Amino acid sequence: MKAAIILFPGTNRERDMALALQRATGHRPPLLWHRDTELPSGLDLVVLPGGFSYGDYLRCGAMAAQSPIMQAVKEFAAKGGHVLGVCNGFQMLVEAGLLPGALLRNASLRFLSMDCHMRVERADTPYTSRFQRGQVFRATMAHGDGNYFADAATLDRLEGDGLVALRYATPSGEVTEAANRNGSARSIAGILSPNLRVLGLMPHPENQVDPEIDGTDGLPLFESLAGSFAAA
Amino acid sequence: MTQTPAPLLPERAAQLAAEFGLKPDEYDRVLAILGRSPSLTELGVFSVMWSEHCSYKSSRVWLRGLPTKAPWVIHGPGENAGVIDIGDGLAAIFKMESHNHPSFIEPYQGAATGVGGILRDVFTMGARPIANLNALRFGMPEAPRMKRVIDGVVRGIGGYGNCVGVPTVGGEVNFHPAYNGNPLVNAMTVGIAPKDRIFLSAAAGIGNPVVYVGSKTGRDGIHGATMASAEFSSDSEEKRPTVQIGDPFVEKLLIEACLELMATDMIVAIQDMGAAGLTSSSVEMAGKGGVGIELVLDNVPQREAGMSAYEMMLSESQERMLMILKPGREAEAEAIFRKWELDFAVIGHLTDTGRITIRHQGKLEADIPLAPLESEAPLYRRPTAETPKQKVLDAAAITDPVGPAAALETLVGSLDLCSRRWIWDQYDSMVGGQTARRPGAADAAVVRVEESLEKGGARALAMTTDCTPRYCAADPEEGGKQAVAEAWRNLTAVGARPLAITDNMNFGNPEKPEIMGQFAAAVRGMAAACTALDFPVVSGNVSLYNETEGRAILPTPAIGGVGVLEQVGQAVGLSLTPGLDLVLIGETRGWLGQSLWLREIAGREEGAPPPVDLAAERRNGDFVRARILAGEVRACHDLSDGGLLVGLAEMAMAGGCGATLLPIPAGLPAHAFWFGEDQGRYVLAVADGAALLAAAAAAGVPAMKLGRSGGEALALAEGPSISVASLRAAHEATLPALMAES
Repeated sequence: MKAAIILFPGTNRERDMALALQRATGHRPPLLWHRDTELPSGLDLVVLPGGFSYGDYLRCGAMAAQSPIMQAVKEFAAKGGHVLGVCNGFQMLVEAGLLPGALLRNASLRFLSMDCHMRVERADTPYTSRFQRGQVFRATMAHGDGNYFADAATLDRLEGDGLVALRYATPSGEVTEAANRNGSARSIAGILSPNLRVLGLMPHPENQVDPEIDGTDGLPLFESLAGSFAAA
Repeated sequence: MTQTPAPLLPERAAQLAAEFGLKPDEYDRVLAILGRSPSLTELGVFSVMWSEHCSYKSSRVWLRGLPTKAPWVIHGPGENAGVIDIGDGLAAIFKMESHNHPSFIEPYQGAATGVGGILRDVFTMGARPIANLNALRFGMPEAPRMKRVIDGVVRGIGGYGNCVGVPTVGGEVNFHPAYNGNPLVNAMTVGIAPKDRIFLSAAAGIGNPVVYVGSKTGRDGIHGATMASAEFSSDSEEKRPTVQIGDPFVEKLLIEACLELMATDMIVAIQDMGAAGLTSSSVEMAGKGGVGIELVLDNVPQREAGMSAYEMMLSESQERMLMILKPGREAEAEAIFRKWELDFAVIGHLTDTGRITIRHQGKLEADIPLAPLESEAPLYRRPTAETPKQKVLDAAAITDPVGPAAALETLVGSLDLCSRRWIWDQYDSMVGGQTARRPGAADAAVVRVEESLEKGGARALAMTTDCTPRYCAADPEEGGKQAVAEAWRNLTAVGARPLAITDNMNFGNPEKPEIMGQFAAAVRGMAAACTALDFPVVSGNVSLYNETEGRAILPTPAIGGVGVLEQVGQAVGLSLTPGLDLVLIGETRGWLGQSLWLREIAGREEGAPPPVDLAAERRNGDFVRARILAGEVRACHDLSDGGLLVGLAEMAMAGGCGATLLPIPAGLPAHAFWFGEDQGRYVLAVADGAALLAAAAAAGVPAMKLGRSGGEALALAEGPSISVASLRAAHEATLPALMAES
């Protein structure tokens, strides 16, 4: 798999992401600069990592969504490229119109840094093939604005089309209000594009890829990606 | 161009000098050095450089007593931060610094800029910051404004650290009425650099350009250092303009740009603009290098129009650095900063005059010889008064009003022992992907060093902050000793080899002999512990005048300790799991003086604090560490606040696992055995308790079997079982309930 990570001013989880991809694929992906206007040829995956691009001083991700490289990312996605946005990267994807909805302030109005558990809603996507459907995995969440919101029609369409990838749940897999710490609509933690190739999620599976650090709950997501391109 | 700066009228100068905090005899020295009346800018420079905050004039004579050397120390105190060798060709660079006064005046920005300032002290030396910690002391939540202070400080620390992407991995918090008017915010940063690529601040090379990078200069924070060198009165609200405003986004860019520049060979010297901003950075860099410096302030990037030389020299606008570049490299360096969308300006050059000259709009605004600015700086050996010794309490003479089960439930929910989850859930502790033990998981935070991983290693740093102010108030020497010993113990309890400390000395008004006596005694105690434990001081910060309307804080020498693990996988946490033998290491005498049990259960805050036997401390700790590194220990927890039963409860709550405890030994009242705060002790959970007891006996280390883990309660042999779930509920409820409405 040929992956690249885009670096925006204020990005801060690019090294975490690079380590996760390295663990799954055996090589470290390059970093691309936000001012670039085109992507290297032959890329399989573009990653928009977490952080505080442009300080999040406007709506989170709104400035980054306007950067020169995002035009190339949109074209890449339109041609069927895979794009993963995590945390601030998810916020950029919705600001760029690549995924629907918006990410509001957490319901508690506080930054939340803690473990969360997510239930895998479908296991037939390039991001989830190494999970079982209904499997629950643990990940770090660390965000102030992760409260997923969309109007009822959009939410119904996402559900109907099977585009809800991940939902906040208890460790045993129940979707409860208590497990949905940031207050997201229908406990949505991650959503897919209709072609299943763009994934945005708030929590950080890249922080759970190493048994010596905090376990490997997140590793299947990266192994799924590596596997889908190795097979292709 | 004029040849001397325009002097102030003598009466006006004397009056301003007093307003700026210069004492009459200090002002006389200014006149003697200059041989004339100072200009406004010159008076500003002298007053901030000679403030307590910048000059350490009351503390320096005492701080000299601290040991600062060890074979692994690369740079001790005197640089922006301390530097130690951690192996694999790498150095850890770290320091702790206070932002107490600003955090009371404006909690969010005060705390945020405290984090920003200490980060710059570390990355200015070439290190990538890998961890932040903090040491916080708040007043009682019901005190006026205090909930707002707690909420603002926590949000400020999180707001800054989360955005710059440096994990906040540890810290400590105490609550005491002595901090009602003076909360303490001490922030610590630890960074990593190649040990042969450390950047220092001594300027060199006559004619070399002086370069300003980072944010623009505004009118914020003017005289912040002066404010931090005075007591508070009821007008502290009026000091809000002296508090700086932080921009963590710019700091993040500055970190990346500086590290990119540091990978080249263009930098001669570099220092951040912290307290007293452009004044202290330029004066200190030139002074250390023994050169002169000329600044042309017209070139300083400015946020607002019409700023005077005085304002620019005293501004404490954040996220700025000053550096000396090799000649002819300006364009290359500028390209890096432009890439990161930061200001870059050549604002002067080094001279051979030995003076700082400051020009603005064609006028000479200041012309001061640098040597006397440093050598003539005031240095006080202020009078000291010893803190009266308190009597040693006889545990047998203190009756237990409630019994151990009820006492435990009260204690685990009390302010000083309740869960800090409400706080650390607002700090990103995982960013970087290297945090192996996060807050609450172990006695010290453990972060793997990514640079070691890149070299095929798996080296990790263990980090902690510690101080027990109530011990320090009762006996500053024992308290100083205990603060250092507890930091050493917390590092040991995860299996790390403790290497060095940074200290943050928070005290009241040094002009009062009893305060200066606390300071001197605390330093004596710290020095004894540092020496006995091979645990030198490599950096530090002093914050005095922590008083409001004449009431001082408890003496608080906060210690930040750093240790190393050769393999991150060797680290142990404190979570109890079933089926293990529980063994107590260290001697238990049932010391109740100054214990939390005495304060929270018996309602008495008195007595001598527990003494620290440094030889036993060393022996017990070295024994525990060796067992951990031998892979024999599943969980380890040092015993401190609250004593043995609280320590066991903390292990049980962390692991969700109970224990069945053996009858207590004869000769000690139950409350003294369970809640005494004797020092130098650990609880270890091991598979083979008998083997551990035998090893302890062979090593001459006191040890006793406490019981066996398992079940869902702490079952005391003498009495009731205490459910872990109910302990957890009490432990977790306190802070969220207190802070619910803020």
